Amino acid sequence: MARVKEILLSHGGGGMATRRLIEEVFFKNFANPILAPLDDSAELPLKERLAFTTDSYVVKPLFFPGGDIGRLAVSGTVNDLWMKGAKPLFLASSFIIEEGIDFDLLEKVVRSMAATAKEAGVEIVCGDTKVVERGGADRLFITTSGVGRIWPGAEVSGAGAKPGDAVICSGTLGDHGMAILSRREGIEIKSSLKSDCAPLTPLLESLLKETTQIHSMRDPTRGGLATALNEIAYSSKVGIFLQEEEIPVREEVRGICDLLGFDPLYVANEGKFILILPSELASRALQALRSQPLGKDAALIGWVAEGPEGVFLKTRIGGTRPLLMLEGEQLPRIC
Amino acid sequence: METESKLAQALLHRIEKLLTEEVNLMEVCGTHTMAISSSGIRRMVPRGLRLLSGPGCPVCVTPAEDIDWIIELSKIPGVILTTFGDMVRVPGSSSSLEAEMAKEATIKVVYSPLDALQIAQGNPEKRVCFVGVGFETTSPTVASTLLLARNKGVKNLLIYPAFKLIPPAMGFLSEREEARIDGFICPGHVSTIIGSHPYEFIPRRFGIPCVITGFEPLDILQGIWMLLRQKRANDPKVEIQYKRGVNQEGNPQALASIKRVFQIGDSQWRGIGEIPSSGLGLSEKFADYDAKKAFDLHPPRAEEPKGCICGPIMMGLKVPPDCSLFGKGCTPQTPVGPCMVSSEGACAAYYKYGEG
Amino acid sequence: MCLAIPGKIERIEGEFGIANFRGVERRIGLMLLPEAKVGDWVLVHAGFAIQRIDQERAQETLRMLEEILSYGN
Repeated sequence: MARVKEILLSHGGGGMATRRLIEEVFFKNFANPILAPLDDSAELPLKERLAFTTDSYVVKPLFFPGGDIGRLAVSGTVNDLWMKGAKPLFLASSFIIEEGIDFDLLEKVVRSMAATAKEAGVEIVCGDTKVVERGGADRLFITTSGVGRIWPGAEVSGAGAKPGDAVICSGTLGDHGMAILSRREGIEIKSSLKSDCAPLTPLLESLLKETTQIHSMRDPTRGGLATALNEIAYSSKVGIFLQEEEIPVREEVRGICDLLGFDPLYVANEGKFILILPSELASRALQALRSQPLGKDAALIGWVAEGPEGVFLKTRIGGTRPLLMLEGEQLPRIC
Repeated sequence: METESKLAQALLHRIEKLLTEEVNLMEVCGTHTMAISSSGIRRMVPRGLRLLSGPGCPVCVTPAEDIDWIIELSKIPGVILTTFGDMVRVPGSSSSLEAEMAKEATIKVVYSPLDALQIAQGNPEKRVCFVGVGFETTSPTVASTLLLARNKGVKNLLIYPAFKLIPPAMGFLSEREEARIDGFICPGHVSTIIGSHPYEFIPRRFGIPCVITGFEPLDILQGIWMLLRQKRANDPKVEIQYKRGVNQEGNPQALASIKRVFQIGDSQWRGIGEIPSSGLGLSEKFADYDAKKAFDLHPPRAEEPKGCICGPIMMGLKVPPDCSLFGKGCTPQTPVGPCMVSSEGACAAYYKYGEG
Repeated sequence: MCLAIPGKIERIEGEFGIANFRGVERRIGLMLLPEAKVGDWVLVHAGFAIQRIDQERAQETLRMLEEILSYGN
């Protein structure tokens, strides 16, 4: 087969294609030691320990059950900072607006951003606006960048997982991805499912006050739990084992996944995170998470072992299978 | 109720007791291939029991020529191509729908052929082509959609018919001299439609046991046990394990819809070749809905990739690790053959679940 | 080759019905299963009900499983 010469939707899916794009184009040209760990945020080598990150949001539809593009744009960047153990301080936001969209709609999004920023304890301190001609963008795109101060004593990195560590998931998986997909043309599934889109601030403050001995954290956005854990497994050079029946997934999410032939472990989340820390701290961490409404379904889902590198699932019937990275996004299938 | 894991262990123990010699069982259906891999069964069954993956994955058996045709269709101005997600990443001879989507083609992934009909009704100035792939489970849903379209007077919905039939393919595989299939794990949902009778010639003519099996891990283990029991008793027949979803007669309404809309013809299976009376095309009465007839397209002759052994794999003669390309030139990121493209293709399942 | 999953019919509107799958609902075609009734569990493939799920026959499979497991104990 001929080599792909165009950017495909798969390149944005969060799987192997995204990884190759980052490595072969961005990482190759931008290479520097601060970028190198490819964590959710970069640690800046300044006198004060600061974390820095950026993300773009192109979600469709702009408003969805449980949130909107504005709430997503603030939560996403805030959460990426927390994943480095950094308390978010300031955000910048840029808007690319297609001519002709409703003024009220834009303001509704911006009001949602302001409310979410307040919830997350950050200020949006600078920004930019561009309007492009009709067809030059799909209604509204938002980019947010953020700076946070790393929690004293925290040393969190994708390469930090160690054999013997516990793997904790802060709540049910797949809510965001399935809430969005169920609204798409041609899918149209009715459910009470809502996106979990939220800033993780209350959860992380509760956790970091309990312990800073955290080895690794990731928010399993595009590509879901399986992709996020693969990134950690390869950066940390460890094996990660999960127990299938311990992984929290809502019935409605299972219902949509069954219908469309999706695996919930590869579905996006926007208000969840995975925590890897020494197993003796697991019960205290779980308690700290479960004390918050956002973390009430937090669960111990697995453990870290010495190689082989990768992520492995212990199935309900006692088998084992590797959870590999997918090529691109999952597509509804009949087979 | 004992846990699933304990029941599975107990069933595996019973399977081991029945296994006195090397046995090859073929799971015909791709969804079985997926279930066997994702639950870990392939690595749990005792040594000496091989589970071969058969030709029941539409993505795998649709010839490159059909894919090329479908790609050509998607490029026609004014055409909206609608397809199940399964087909999006399948490579033809030089492109895929995914790559065409990135250029100019309008391609929509749908969950049901009814969604294609809805798109056709919503876009009367466009011609909406639906990629008709699949087996007996899927063809009646498309037949039914076409009947509905005709009732509603919808004329801008077209079907590219590439449906295939399972029993003729099983017969084709069984009669080959080099075949070494000791039992068929028959597809559950194809049988929901066709019932159990169409398989009866297989035990009768070839002495091969058949068990129509469900898709839960315990269903599959139970189906394997039933096959081994038939073999041990030297009493090959068609049994139904998946009783909650399959009866002997199948679904008469669905069979009638197939008959009204389609006609049986010979069909090319990718990697395997032509199998007589194994495909469905649109019947004369529905010729107006045939995308192949609506457009005068001449895609260049397709060539199958060199070194690829997808055909012998789907015939149960080889397993993916036997292929020199497996995991080297051919991975899910850079698939060479069709069995690596579809997530339920044998090679992709072996690769994904580390069974290489 | 063919995913089909169980859903429970909640409403019927002509040739279509609303089926519930683990708490989520989708419209499905009933043309291939005209005898379907509200409250039936059906197998759904590509947006169509293709068969009623037979609870009694499901019990037969469970009984068969018990039988296998009691063999040779």
